[in-house]
Amino acid sequence: MTGTSFIFWIVALLTVGSAAGVVFSKNLIYSAISLLFCLLGVAGLYVFLWADFIAVTQILIYVGGILVLIIFGIMLTHRITNVRLSHSSIQQGVGGAIVLAIFAGLSAMILDAPWYLSSAEEPTETVREIGRMLMVDYLLPFEVASILLLAALMGAALLSRKVD
Amino acid sequence: MVGLNTYLIIGAILFSLGMFGVITRRNGVAVLMGVELILNAANVNFVAFARFGGMDFTGHVFSLFVIILAAAEAAVALAIILNIFNSLGTVNIDEANQLKQ
Repeated sequence: MTGTSFIFWIVALLTVGSAAGVVFSKNLIYSAISLLFCLLGVAGLYVFLWADFIAVTQILIYVGGILVLIIFGIMLTHRITNVRLSHSSIQQGVGGAIVLAIFAGLSAMILDAPWYLSSAEEPTETVREIGRMLMVDYLLPFEVASILLLAALMGAALLSRKVD
Repeated sequence: MVGLNTYLIIGAILFSLGMFGVITRRNGVAVLMGVELILNAANVNFVAFARFGGMDFTGHVFSLFVIILAAAEAAVALAIILNIFNSLGTVNIDEANQLKQ
């Protein structure tokens, strides 16, 4: 086993293990911190997939933005004096059975399907090509996404405002 | 060398765990965390297919859009959860069963 694949398996284990921590932890803050490590692990997987720009974007937006937003949500919807911040689960048996069935189907499909594979050289830079595609091939979705972000953020500010 | 199937299986595990969280958690914020896990699973699949399908950058652009939509979704969902907390005093989604009070 080479050093690279050793590091890959550590990152993969970190991702999957902390994703399990998000779902199974009894403490809401522990879930949020596990989500932090899971998102960092996914960013590491992107690095192994030669997607450095996506990895940095993942860290900036997910870890720096969405996770902070989630922790704000936890803080605002629980009394700070309530130290335990516990949260419970319901119907773990039925949900676990359904999810195990879904996972079994997915993995059987993944291992069985004849995926289209094509080898490629490792690109020296990815940002230039992504920028070209965003500005040429996907300009309309890009602009629509900017309007959607504006509308969503204004809507969120309006929704969470105190009603007079 | 780690192949495509490894990434797809990791994505499937992330998706299943996220789905489990969405199904079983009572707290609304924890359900939101499950949705984030599902979106990350989809992103891992996009980037893995881009890498092993001849380094096509369309997958990268798609995962960028998914990240953008996740940001918008998290903001709106947390605003809704705050409203539920203000009007019902709880964020447990199985207790939030009133449309109007």
